[in-house]
This record gives sequence, C-alpha cells and structure tokens, in this order.
Amino acid sequence: MKRILFVQSKAPHGGLQGQEGLDAVLMGSAFAECTVLLLDDGIFQVLSGQDTGALGTKDYAVTYRALSDYGVDRIYCSRDHLEARGLSTGDLLVKVDPLSDDEVKALMAHHDVILNF
Amino acid sequence: MRFALVVQGAPFSGASFSAYHFANAVITTGHELYRVFFYQDGVYSGNALSVPPQDEWDIQLKWEQLHLRHDVELIVCIASSLRRGLLDSTEAERYDKPAHNLGSAFEISGLGQLIDASLNSDRVITFGPC
Repeated sequence: MKRILFVQSKAPHGGLQGQEGLDAVLMGSAFAECTVLLLDDGIFQVLSGQDTGALGTKDYAVTYRALSDYGVDRIYCSRDHLEARGLSTGDLLVKVDPLSDDEVKALMAHHDVILNF
Repeated sequence: MRFALVVQGAPFSGASFSAYHFANAVITTGHELYRVFFYQDGVYSGNALSVPPQDEWDIQLKWEQLHLRHDVELIVCIASSLRRGLLDSTEAERYDKPAHNLGSAFEISGLGQLIDASLNSDRVITFGPC
C-alpha cells in the first residue's frame, strides 16, 4: 500500500486550507497508508480548547480526534515549531509525536507522496 | 514519467499560471500528464465567467485550450467548487441555483480523484497557495 504524508502548515480558521486538507486526509485513509505532519502554524490546528462559536467557522479540530477511527494513527509535528510557539504536546487535543529536523526529513523520505496544505 | 498536478492557489495567485506552464512542459518533453486536480481556491481556474482585461492572460481559456489540444483531464473538487459557487449544469439543477459557470473542459468530481492521482502517478506536484 502506498504511503501518503499530509503536511498541514497553516493556522486554522483564517482560511479553509486546514479544514480542506483534513478532508483530503479522510479520503486518503480509504485508499492509502496516511500520516499527518504538522509544521509551522499548522500545529495550532490541534490546539486544545478551541471555541469557534463567536467566529462562525467550523470547529473541525474535533475531526482530528476521529482520525484513528479512519486508520490514521500517526500524527507528528516539528519539535522546533512546537516549542517556538510556546506549546508542548500537553496543549494538544490528540496524541502528537514531536520530531527533530532530521526525523522530519526521514519521515518525508519514507513516504511515496507528500501533499502539502 | 507520469505526472499529476494539484492546483490549490487561486487563478491569479501565480499557482495556476505555474501549473499551466508545468503542464505544457510535461507534455512537450514527452512525459504523461495523468490528471490536473484543482482543489481549494484552485477551482476558480474553472470559472467560465471570469473576464480578465484584454492585455492579461485568460488562464481559464488556457486550460481549456490545453484540454482540447492534448485531452488533459481537468478535475475540480466538488466540495471545494460547491462551497465557492462553481457549478456545472447538473449541480446547478440539483441545488436549484439560477446559473452554472464551470468551463466545458473541466469536470466536477470528488477528492477520490486526488488520491487516485497520487497513487497512480510517479510524481505529484502541488502548486500554491502562494
């Protein structure tokens, strides 16, 4: 089975980039081995305690919780990008494994296709 | 080599222009262009109602010409398109909308086409957003 790496690099709610990227992950999970990598402000997509009620955008972060039901068990982030934002994995609503730059490089090399959102 | 292109940027963001040039290069150098998948704001490239000034490129027309010359498959994502008001006649009828605006060279289909293109191409190249 081919391996697809979905890279999320935009903060949520300022646009549809993250939400539509996640839609692609869900579709991909039906046909391929899928992994999610959170880079840059993409890490904010899984920040706990989001409340979009006043904003009017969809609170799609909860969908990340359902990813394991779709067979997407591995979510990674850049450790540097996580720490640069003053966050730790305890601030995130799903289990995310932080990776060093070398590990990110190896993760990318391990996948057949990289789709960047 | 077999290529699939994913266009995520809006028509005048540069993403669609770059993708168009890349698509031409793929074909003229003898490679296979499996599919061009327009996702997110990329779907606006299929808007047949756009009217750029005469001294600017009409990127929607360029894609149509490429399709006519080389039978390139141009797919716009249905979820992205409906959300942004880009409809073909079938969808306009389904949702009881007064008009449709998808260029004739483009086809509305699902995200499965993106995954299919990813799995069946040697290279997947993403353009935009910028």
